[in-house]
Amino acid sequence: MSDLNKTDNMTSQVMKEILSGGLLRTVIAIVLGFLVGAIFMIGSNKEFVESLAYIFARPGDAFSAAAAVVGDGYGALFKGSIYNFDADTFEKAIRPLTETLRLGAPLIAAGLGIGLTFRVGLFNIGGTGQLIFGMIFATYVATRVELPMVLHMVVALIAGIVGAALLGALVGFLKARTGAHEVILTIMMNYIALYFFTFLMRNPDLLQESRATGNPKADAAAETALFPKLLGDSYSLHWGLIFALIAVVVFWWLMERSTIGFRLRMVGFNPDAARAAGINVEKTYILAMALSAGFVGVAAANQSLGVAVGVTPSAHANIGFDAITVALLGGSSGPGILLAGLLFGAFKAGSPSMQVIGVSPEVLGIVQGAIVLFIAAPPLIRAIFRLPKPQTTNALGEMRRRIFVKGGAK
Amino acid sequence: MKLELCGITKRFGALVANDAIDLVIEPGEIHALLGENGAGKSTLMNVLYGLYTADEGHIELDGVKQNFSGPGDAMAAGIGMVHQHFMLIPVFTVAENVALGHEPTKALGIMDLATARKNVIEISDRFGFNVDPDALIEDLPVGVQQRVEIIKALSRDAKVLVLDEPTAVLTPQETDELMEIMRQLAKSGTSIVFITHKLREVKAVADRITVIRLGKVVGTAQPDASTSELASLMVGREVMLTVDKKLATPGKVVLEVDHVSVLDDRLQKAVNDVSFQVHEGEILALAGVQGNGQTELAEFLLGLRKPWGKEGKSSLNGKEITNATVRQSLDSGLGFIPEDRKTDGLVSEFSIAENLMLNSSYKSRFTKGLNINFAARKKIANELIEEFDVRTPSAETPASKLSGGNQQKVVVARELSREIKLLIASQPTRGVDVGSIEFIHERIIAERDAGKAVVLISTELDEVLALADRIAVMYRGKIVGVVGPTTSREDLGKLMAGVTA
Amino acid sequence: MSNTVATEVKVGFKSPIVMGSIGLLTIVFMGFLGREGMVGFEISRRQDVIQVPALDIDSSTLGIISGVLMLAISGFSLYRSMQNQKTPIWVSSIYGLIGVTALLGWLAAEGTVPIAFIAGTALVLAVPIILGAMAGIMSERVGITNIAIEGQLLTGAFMAAVVSSITKSYLLGTLSAMFAAALLSMVLAVFSIKFLAQQIIVGVVLNVLVIGITNFLYQQWLTEDAENVNFPGTLDIIRIPVLSDIPLLGPIFFENRITVFLAILIVPTIWFVLFKTRLGLRARAVGEHPLAADTVGIGVGRTRFWWVTIGGSIAGLGGAALTIGNAGAFGREMSGGFGFIALAVVILGRWHPISAALAALLFGFSIILRVWANQVSPGIPTDFITMVPYLVTIIAVVGFVGQSRPPKALAVPYVKG
Repeated sequence: MSDLNKTDNMTSQVMKEILSGGLLRTVIAIVLGFLVGAIFMIGSNKEFVESLAYIFARPGDAFSAAAAVVGDGYGALFKGSIYNFDADTFEKAIRPLTETLRLGAPLIAAGLGIGLTFRVGLFNIGGTGQLIFGMIFATYVATRVELPMVLHMVVALIAGIVGAALLGALVGFLKARTGAHEVILTIMMNYIALYFFTFLMRNPDLLQESRATGNPKADAAAETALFPKLLGDSYSLHWGLIFALIAVVVFWWLMERSTIGFRLRMVGFNPDAARAAGINVEKTYILAMALSAGFVGVAAANQSLGVAVGVTPSAHANIGFDAITVALLGGSSGPGILLAGLLFGAFKAGSPSMQVIGVSPEVLGIVQGAIVLFIAAPPLIRAIFRLPKPQTTNALGEMRRRIFVKGGAK
Repeated sequence: MKLELCGITKRFGALVANDAIDLVIEPGEIHALLGENGAGKSTLMNVLYGLYTADEGHIELDGVKQNFSGPGDAMAAGIGMVHQHFMLIPVFTVAENVALGHEPTKALGIMDLATARKNVIEISDRFGFNVDPDALIEDLPVGVQQRVEIIKALSRDAKVLVLDEPTAVLTPQETDELMEIMRQLAKSGTSIVFITHKLREVKAVADRITVIRLGKVVGTAQPDASTSELASLMVGREVMLTVDKKLATPGKVVLEVDHVSVLDDRLQKAVNDVSFQVHEGEILALAGVQGNGQTELAEFLLGLRKPWGKEGKSSLNGKEITNATVRQSLDSGLGFIPEDRKTDGLVSEFSIAENLMLNSSYKSRFTKGLNINFAARKKIANELIEEFDVRTPSAETPASKLSGGNQQKVVVARELSREIKLLIASQPTRGVDVGSIEFIHERIIAERDAGKAVVLISTELDEVLALADRIAVMYRGKIVGVVGPTTSREDLGKLMAGVTA
Repeated sequence: MSNTVATEVKVGFKSPIVMGSIGLLTIVFMGFLGREGMVGFEISRRQDVIQVPALDIDSSTLGIISGVLMLAISGFSLYRSMQNQKTPIWVSSIYGLIGVTALLGWLAAEGTVPIAFIAGTALVLAVPIILGAMAGIMSERVGITNIAIEGQLLTGAFMAAVVSSITKSYLLGTLSAMFAAALLSMVLAVFSIKFLAQQIIVGVVLNVLVIGITNFLYQQWLTEDAENVNFPGTLDIIRIPVLSDIPLLGPIFFENRITVFLAILIVPTIWFVLFKTRLGLRARAVGEHPLAADTVGIGVGRTRFWWVTIGGSIAGLGGAALTIGNAGAFGREMSGGFGFIALAVVILGRWHPISAALAALLFGFSIILRVWANQVSPGIPTDFITMVPYLVTIIAVVGFVGQSRPPKALAVPYVKG
């Protein structure tokens, strides 16, 4: 077979896989998710409900009411998260996009962490707890330690990663040692971490702010420890984005290129074979949980060091849970998680502007849930859209390798 | 009851597992269904039992056409089945297991356990099974569990009883007891379909024999037919009892195992004070019925199991590996072909190339620092695919897409291409097509001739006799005898049954 | 085979060690280093018909006595372990009660402990957890992991509040709560059984979805029109004649809302069905070894579907207990992790309805304890008290409560053929 032929074959194979697997299904899931959200917006809209009374007389009213509410709602989302047409200057018009990047960054980092455990056959539901532990460490360093510029930030960032990783490693250790299921362990750790964090913020010797008000709260991070602004002071976007992007690259290298990732994936697919191949499966679980939580720790540092406001018990902003949906939507791959994190970051960024026009931004929670629900059951979407069955050959992987791996396909 | 299978065809994708099979079982007869692993016997019986639906053909009972849509229908029609893997719930009692699905109840669906117990005792006493209805299944030995399965079928008034490879997990005594039970059942009018690939048992107990090969009926025979006649029917050509090989020229000791005991998962002593040596350039076969400690011994040698007690020792080339981890064992030159390639030998989602570096992911020819050396891996994979004749579209094909024989060749290629001094091959040809068997056997002998020490663990006497230079027979966790390669089957059989001279 | 050379199943010494250490801590910190002052244990409330005098005791004396008793029980546990026997559950329960008494006495030095109030509130708070745990047990016993209990509770809470408000009928409210939660469970069931989806993921995702939907409707609808759609009030408190006059037990158990009574009835019913009836035997068979169940003609998918669905409806009732059984209105994400606690309770109770209900009481107790402790002894770090049940759960899953063995086929989809 000539090389040309080979390429041709592969392209059609890739098409088949896109149709049957990943990409198309993801796009369909996202579209369906927005549709579900639209239905809720329409159903809860007063004009629309009122127009139903005379729907047979003037069906156009109902239709235009529905179109208006969906258009307004998602329009506001777009304006709030990507580009604001109404702004007078370009600088202001793109501010929403920078907000999406800012809010997406911790979702990306934490999503990588959760995705890593999926690849190893584990379920880390403990993003919240690990995030909180990361915040405890990062906040402590940022508020109670004095260090020079830059160094302070780096140390606080590392502290956040280490703090989260420690809790992750503890879960991994307990699982490896006793066989306890990580789902239960991590869920329990979420609560323990939250109450522990609250306790620390009530204690003036530990994390409580210097001008205590009675509510648990910590001081703002010292200026030396804050993530610097990325685009000057007119935008809130800070270095958290850069760290998230670095995390994506590290994740990709780790999982796709390194021997460590090879072993992690091996354990994920078949722990028995891994054991017979000389891999210490228990240690791998500990390592995986620690690495996973380490990525979550980047998000933790982002929460503690991103803004000059002291953290409170709710500063985890549910990122630990959202990260699960990010990882699912992103198919646990580095690039996928990057895009998924940006999408859900956009949801967060666009919420206020939806609020302003009177559409509850909570609808985005429905969209988010619906998207991943469709993702969670590939056969469902296949059944709805009569797509071909999955082809388990590796053509898509090969194609990916061509794109990402230098000289991968010789 | 007379059972007739008429023109049963069952396909799985392109594979035809059963090809227009006709079979008649007369009332009260023990009908042996003889065939190699993968010949299609179990598929046929699953069709009969309603677990699979036949693509063509039908089933008749006493001349009436049946239409089974599930096991429930088959059972109601009087067909009982004892599966190769027992269909018993470990945490239930015997009585609960027997009752399951047709439970005696009082008002409101409340379980009538007294009746359930009585039913078990009644059948158990009738055939002298000696089964306690209140015992938990997980506490019972396999032989007794099998009797529970038989009680289960009989309690549903089975007129036809299908036994799927029932002796695979039994000791010779238990096998003899089972055969006695089969005769007794037949005498009381139950028809028995006895699925097996073991010639001796067929000859001992069957009234009639049907041989299946590659999904087709290839012949019928009477039990007085000669063994070689049956065997050649089964494999489709004169069985090669010996592979061409030179005499062994054993060198110095490579593996030394000294007074080793090993516990199994149930914390029973599966290996009990075993000692042996293997030399360079020799194949030592560990023969025996499955479940006599071979698996645990192999896992101990690899480092998956720790020895029990303090006196056990093992060493490889003089270096102690008693408590070595798997990685240490592999690094010190041990090659391992696991008995179950699907669970222990391969990651089926991984490509062939990835599977070839499975146990070389630390510093090796496949790595460059912490990176995988993709170029080297591709090159090595292509070479090995060529050398070991793995039939695959490419090195990137996932292992799950390969046939059993080709999967096994991947495992063999991986182990033999590493720098090893000792090869442990556990059931290296199980579930592998005849062509691949020959290839794998040749490669194992080539290893021996290259001066490697080989431990062959096999429950197949033919394989043992074909390859071994010395044969150690295991029985109940002990080596009951070490004999030469020319020992007669009868003598080996006695050893495997624990009879020592 | 008679090859039972070395049966080495050991009970282990984890129980006596943990029990002994806690007993020692009790003696030291609640006894010798304990707090001065008398504490009164109020057995009767003022309005009770039969008045039993309060028991007064010195706080630190109580600590010492309790600690000694706890050490004694630890000794018994040690003895059992040496005999290679487990410590019976009732012994552990008594141990726990003594420990709790010491803790209450320590907290309420120079004050009183209103036993009936604490225990009664603990029970009311535990009801949603108990019912959620029943949903978990029913679903996990047939082999489907149920992480979606949180969503089931929230659905029930929402529907009960809204439908009761609109129809002015608590019955309709409760029924629609159960129905809606059952529908949600059907999604979990179908995804798990038919689409073979990852059950843990489906559960997590369903929670996200339900939180999203209820948040949206709450914001968009319930807050706008609270009087008409989110103002159900609470069910009437029913006093069972005679029984409710029993000192202590009466006010705790026999003077409650119907949701509490239903929970008290449902727990033994599920136990009975699960372990004494044909339905239960089949359900457990499906959860342990679905193929074996299939070969004797039990429909695996069907069994799983209905157990998960009916379990869901019970969780829906638990949700109703949150709104019309306690709070009187729906609030944002008001299940607040009760579903996850229920999940813990399932494991803590080793998939057994009655043990799980007891474990749920532990959580209910810890919640009320935190509130009460804040009142009687401000300054005590109550965050730690709240943490205790979660810690206990972790200790349980890592092996202190013996080997907890989940149904074998849990989270494994069943593919025929």
